[in-house]
Amino acid sequence: MDGDVSNADTTPPDSDPARKRRVHGMLKLYYGLNEEGKTVDQAESLDPCDINGPHFDPEVYLNKLRRECSLGELMDQESCMVKQIRSLDSDMQTLVYENYNKFISATDTIRKMKNDFKKMEDEMDCLTTNMAAITVFSARISGTLQDQHAQITKLSGVHTLLRKLQFLFELPARLNKCLELQAYAQAVTSHRRARCVLQQYSHMPSFRGIQDDCHAIMDKLAQELRQKFRDGGSSAKDLSECVELLLQLDEPAEELCDKFLTHARSRLEADLLGLEAELRPVSRTDILEFIDRGCNEFVSSLCLVIASYQELFMAVGKLHAFVDSLAARYFSLVERRIQEEKSVGDNSLLVRALDRFHRRLQAVAKLLPGSAVPSQGTEIVVRAARERVKQYLAALQSFYLDSLTDVRQALAAPRLGGSSAGGGLPELLSSLSASILNQIKTVLASVHLFTAKDITFSNKPYFKGEFCSQGVRESLVVNFIKFVCQSSRQFCESAVDRGGSTPPALLLLLSRLCLDYETSTISYILTLTDEQFLVQHHSPVTAVTALCGEAREAAQKLLNHYVKVQGLIISQMLRKSVETRDWVNTIEPRNVRAVMKRVVEDTTSIDVQVGLLYEEGVRKAHSSDSSKRTFSVYSSSRQQSRYTPSYTPSAPMDTNLMSNIHKLFSERIDIFSPVEFNKVSVLTGIIKISLKTFLECVRLRTFGRYGLQQIQVDCHYLQMYLWRFVSDENLVHFLLDEIVGSTAHRCLDPAPMEQSVIEVICERG
Amino acid sequence: MEDDAPVIYGLEFQARALTSQTAESDAIRFLVGTQSLKFDNQIHIIDFDDENNIISKSVLQHEAGEIWHISASPADKAVLTTCYNITSESRVVTSSAVWRMPPEWESGSHESPDDPHNSHNPQSLDLLCHLDNSAHGNASCVLWEPMGDGKRVISLADNHALLWDLTESSTQATISSSATLEGKGQLKFTSGKWSPHHNCTQLATANDTAIRGWDLRTMKQIYCIENAHGQLVRDLDFNPNKQYYLASCGDDCKVKFWDVRNISEPVKTLEEHSHWVWSVRYNHSHDQLVLTGSSDSRVILSNMVSISSEPFGHLVDDDDLSDGEDNHNDEKTKEPLQDSIISMYEEHEDSVYAIEWSSADPWLFASLSYDGRLVINRVPRALKYRILL
Repeated sequence: MDGDVSNADTTPPDSDPARKRRVHGMLKLYYGLNEEGKTVDQAESLDPCDINGPHFDPEVYLNKLRRECSLGELMDQESCMVKQIRSLDSDMQTLVYENYNKFISATDTIRKMKNDFKKMEDEMDCLTTNMAAITVFSARISGTLQDQHAQITKLSGVHTLLRKLQFLFELPARLNKCLELQAYAQAVTSHRRARCVLQQYSHMPSFRGIQDDCHAIMDKLAQELRQKFRDGGSSAKDLSECVELLLQLDEPAEELCDKFLTHARSRLEADLLGLEAELRPVSRTDILEFIDRGCNEFVSSLCLVIASYQELFMAVGKLHAFVDSLAARYFSLVERRIQEEKSVGDNSLLVRALDRFHRRLQAVAKLLPGSAVPSQGTEIVVRAARERVKQYLAALQSFYLDSLTDVRQALAAPRLGGSSAGGGLPELLSSLSASILNQIKTVLASVHLFTAKDITFSNKPYFKGEFCSQGVRESLVVNFIKFVCQSSRQFCESAVDRGGSTPPALLLLLSRLCLDYETSTISYILTLTDEQFLVQHHSPVTAVTALCGEAREAAQKLLNHYVKVQGLIISQMLRKSVETRDWVNTIEPRNVRAVMKRVVEDTTSIDVQVGLLYEEGVRKAHSSDSSKRTFSVYSSSRQQSRYTPSYTPSAPMDTNLMSNIHKLFSERIDIFSPVEFNKVSVLTGIIKISLKTFLECVRLRTFGRYGLQQIQVDCHYLQMYLWRFVSDENLVHFLLDEIVGSTAHRCLDPAPMEQSVIEVICERG
Repeated sequence: MEDDAPVIYGLEFQARALTSQTAESDAIRFLVGTQSLKFDNQIHIIDFDDENNIISKSVLQHEAGEIWHISASPADKAVLTTCYNITSESRVVTSSAVWRMPPEWESGSHESPDDPHNSHNPQSLDLLCHLDNSAHGNASCVLWEPMGDGKRVISLADNHALLWDLTESSTQATISSSATLEGKGQLKFTSGKWSPHHNCTQLATANDTAIRGWDLRTMKQIYCIENAHGQLVRDLDFNPNKQYYLASCGDDCKVKFWDVRNISEPVKTLEEHSHWVWSVRYNHSHDQLVLTGSSDSRVILSNMVSISSEPFGHLVDDDDLSDGEDNHNDEKTKEPLQDSIISMYEEHEDSVYAIEWSSADPWLFASLSYDGRLVINRVPRALKYRILL
């Protein structure tokens, strides 16, 4: 209510009812009336006819009732209202009574409290007086104790000082003891603690004495430390401890640093010497062991040195040069060792060794970020890999040559046994090409180790790119294929000059090998390589087609050479047979000369040999009875005007004319011309060479009658057998015609033999 | 720059022997010897009129036998040697002789080959002397001393090389020295060449696959290229300007160039023919031009600049022809031209056994095939000008 009064001026008059309602609300709250009742109240509050509402207007209500209700209803209303009023009255009476009782008891309580407070006041007064007495006493005690406290403080100060002094006085002894026990670290710590004090009081003689003593001892200690440092027997850890202590003793850092490095160098060099000893062939260890030892001894010591140096001197100034020079020596040793790794059997050892080597160098990289050592190490690995690829190429090449030697022996062996020449050619070919392919695969697998995922250096850019494309693909695989082609070509060249030292069967076999390479093997090998090594074609690489072209060229050359060699062998027989005989004075032919039979035999065996490796090939269609038909070419030519044989004793003009006309219509024959990759073409080439030789030899001789007849017989015999080998039988006919024609020209008494007689002789032979 | 078409002349007989008339330096003249067993053999003297492209011939009878080799004296136009077969009933012997052409041949026989009457009554050669070598076997060729006075010849017979002195106007021949090739089997010289260098004291011969050099003063072998060719060596020729250089050809279809100071390897090898190469000839003045004839019926003219005496050539590109003088100085700095085949002549239809440069015109050559066809060709003009300018 006090607040209400105080606020009366400031509160606007119309806010009063709101305040009242708030108070009313609080009461309501007290009596447990809920909020809902209030809202209902408020909702109905605007209705003046609501008898419970705050805006109830009796007048309006009455009028309303009177207007709306009948008399009966009014009566009911009235009685109901009276009833309600009565009950309200009784309720109110009960409330008033109850409140009265409560008021009475409250009054009693207040009276009782009044009595209790009076008692308490007395006790408080008593307390106050007691406290005052205590204060007085306390002040008196403080006053008495004041002097003694100051004295105690002073005493305790003196005590501390004395203890310090004692420490100082004991210091030399303690230092000596430490020195004795080699507890250098403790000595240095103690001395450091005392140093400043001693310095400060050095003007006092006693302290000076102590200081001098300490200095002497510390000098001795430093001496001893230096000695220990110099001795070099101690480990890197001891060493760094030494250096740390010396640093604390104010030794000049520069000098120490130099000394430290010198010392470290001597120990690392000892490691290197140990490694070098391993290089000697006597104490041969495998490369993995060697690298292991290098890593464990040298590289880890080096790392320790680097770490302690950085810790001690907080700088890397001289460290780079130091590390570089030592690493260079280490690298040279490692490289020497790697170079000695010549055997190509097991590549994994080398790769693992290189991997370890490379991995351990990474530690150096971490410790010494700017160092060139790791990159140099990577270079060594790259060089080793390159060298390895080269070695593999050499190994492949020598393997290839060895295989060729084997093939050569295999070719020679059955001949000794008497079986037909080149009996197992297809088997030899397939085993040769299979073994080469196998070898290539093995090598690829070995080289592949360099790029394995778990190898640390495999993700270096060199091993990802250049190694795959330039190293493996180009310098290994492509070079090997080129080598195969090249060495094959060399067979062609050398054999000519040395008179056919290469067996012809080998030429044939190699030719087929090269041809197979061209058709399938090269692309297979390259695809295999590309897949295995994921060759990314950044740099220009040799195209498959170029290699195939080279292989085909080699195959062609070999086959041409084969034709040449075989043709030469037969040519030589024919030439000898023509040159060594006296054709003027020969006897009437009774037989085909043995050499012709030999020619046919050899041609047949060549046919078999070539047939083993090459397909038949196309020949021009010939009549079913070739031998007979062609036979008539020069037997019945006198009747037929088709070709007048030149041995008819007619005017020389006539002969020339006829043969010239003949030549006009026949194509020029290239004797030593490239052949196709099939049997017929090869045989055609050989027969061409042989018959042309025959012709040229005949032209250099002079014949008697029987000489001519012998040639006739021989040519007919050749005709009978050779046509079947060639692509165009007309070629054989033409050349044989030329031979007989030229013989007739060179004949002193050209009387040809009867065709029927020739036939009989040939068939009998 | 159209090149002139080749000029072809046909003989009635088969022929192997061809030479240019060495002593003649004005007229373009070739001598061809025929081979016929049944008819009298002839020597055709072929004159070529370069300006009108006309051939005129005269024929001399060579009754002694079929001619295998012919060689003209370097001193006397009218003197020549032949190697010929004499066939009796049972024997064929090759011998050689020195002949003189009758004096009238030049005046009276300049008629076109179309004239049929001329050949009816041909004149005969006058025999000067036989190079009597019956003791030494069959002659394969006779060589005149190059640029000599026509007094010395060498004949190769089987395995003997005989040096003859011709005396009394070549009517007498005496052997002044001889060399014999000795070894296993029947050795036989196939051909030879008298070197024009070293004062004409060297001879090169071919037998089988070997080439040998001889010193004529001692008649001793001075070098021997064993296995010079894979097969028989057919012919040799000396580079006229480089004294140690020698060309050879053979049955391995190759032409090889040798430096006789280092005989282990040929300096250069050509493999263009598809059959035996029977003849190789250096051009007398421009030794980069090498001519080869083969039994594949082809004649090939090659430009071997790299091993010639003019390795840098007097080459001026066509564009620069106008200011030729200025370029004269930079010649040395030019890149050497690649060795190359200049052209391949395919006018022959039978084996070409002989080729010869004209002694009068260095840009002209003749080739002879077995069927008696003589073809006269010229070096392509473009090349000629490039060499000259």
